[in-house]
Amino acid sequence: MIRSKILIGLVRFLRKLGSDFIDKVWRLGAGTRLFGLMLISSGESFRRFRLVVREVYFTGVMSLVIISVSAFFVGMVLALQGYNTLQKYGSSEAIGVLVALALVRELGPVVTALLFAGRAGTAITAEIGLMKATEQLAAMEMMAVSPISRVIAPRFWAGVIALPILAALFSMIGILGGYLVAVPLIGVDSGAFWSQMQANVDWQFDILNGVIKSIVFGVACTMIALFEGYDAPPTAEGVSRATTRTVVTSSLVVLALDFVLTSFMIV
Amino acid sequence: MTQNIVEIDNLSFGYKNRTLHKGISMSFSRGKVVAIMGGSGSGKTTLLRLIGGQFKPTAGEVRVAGQVVHQQNREGIYKLRRKMGMLFQQGALFTDLSVYDNVAFPMRELTDLPESMIHDLVLMKLNAVGLRGAYSLMPTELSGGMARRVALARAIALDPDIMMYDEPFAGLDPISMAVICDLIRTLNDALGITSIVVTHDVEETFSFADYIYFVADGVVAAEGTPEDLRQSTLPFIHQFVHGEKDGPVPFHYPAADYKLDLLG
Repeated sequence: MIRSKILIGLVRFLRKLGSDFIDKVWRLGAGTRLFGLMLISSGESFRRFRLVVREVYFTGVMSLVIISVSAFFVGMVLALQGYNTLQKYGSSEAIGVLVALALVRELGPVVTALLFAGRAGTAITAEIGLMKATEQLAAMEMMAVSPISRVIAPRFWAGVIALPILAALFSMIGILGGYLVAVPLIGVDSGAFWSQMQANVDWQFDILNGVIKSIVFGVACTMIALFEGYDAPPTAEGVSRATTRTVVTSSLVVLALDFVLTSFMIV
Repeated sequence: MTQNIVEIDNLSFGYKNRTLHKGISMSFSRGKVVAIMGGSGSGKTTLLRLIGGQFKPTAGEVRVAGQVVHQQNREGIYKLRRKMGMLFQQGALFTDLSVYDNVAFPMRELTDLPESMIHDLVLMKLNAVGLRGAYSLMPTELSGGMARRVALARAIALDPDIMMYDEPFAGLDPISMAVICDLIRTLNDALGITSIVVTHDVEETFSFADYIYFVADGVVAAEGTPEDLRQSTLPFIHQFVHGEKDGPVPFHYPAADYKLDLLG
């Protein structure tokens, strides 16, 4: 009796594991299919670029406050922590390089992508999920207007354009925050702060790699947000779950991709 | 030119584990208002989606203007849809666009008309539904009935040959209901279109429809003019038309024995 119960439990567990796995693979396929369809239907976005510009405003410009404030504090903390360690080795002038490299190579793209997923990604998912729930996408389809070219593609390109710019702004404001802590507050020499940064930050190895990362994160975060919204069950619960999934999946994908990209760039 | 603009021939359709339609045949004559009636969940709205090519039938076919819908490629389906207008149950207005922009949407997306002409056309369409004065409002500022009328103006924006209405009276007050009722008939006759109305409101439908199909259990249970159906002695039609609580459609959802459920 007990053995058969354990056996039934085990079978149920395996069945659940299998169905979850199939579901994940199916979603990956569906997401890739949407990505492909979106790329094919992107012509409209470039012909009527104002559609993309409008979305850049909603995803990019509206995220400016959270990005700027976070960047400022991240930069200040970096300077404080960096100085604390560097002074032990008598190289506190290198604080500028440390702040700049940390921001340009890693924190700028990664933290911007995480904040973007939370601020703009959730908004995209909820908007598209609700458009689906209120039959707006079906109405568009019935008007012979493809929702993929009219709704999905402009938002995708807007995200891909906005995220690298936001990441660049993040790095810039972060460096400014670091400067304010290091130079006026702690008293590191201003000349040393900037000249060391200028001498040791490499255009291709540091800045360009950071830009590549932020473009890849832009593609990943926006596509995840769009797919979750497009695939959400058209109910209140469905949209709320999709919004949560956007943040969770985007965050994990960004961190994993960051590791992969960094290992390619460093090796 | 065939007499029927839309023909449904022996159509079957179902979702994964549920069959909705089992061999339905209907025809919709040009210039007529035809209603499809039936209880909730009988697959009436799905029929509209099948006509619009959003779903593929499992058997049989839907022909619009002589062309089999599900055999068309994407371009072909979009071409057919340009002949159709559809009013969704809750209007489905684009919430980020004003009333004016909602009505202008299909014109801007599907034609190369200059903005000045679009302006005139939008105001004409809005005037036809009595809402020219509301052109600058946002969808959130509209009542249910007004939203439905704006959606109607948007649906007729490109002068379709076929208008499909999905539960146009659901959740409306009697005045808005009468307005929509009147608009369906007037637009049909004035624009010379064919209207397909999916509904379960008996009195309103009987007042304006030329022909009615009753759908039940996945088949056409009855069809005819409103007068024919009022006289019908078929038990289901009688129960539906007279709104009787119990009959062929039972009041209780199938359940285990009541006594057994309560006393265990």
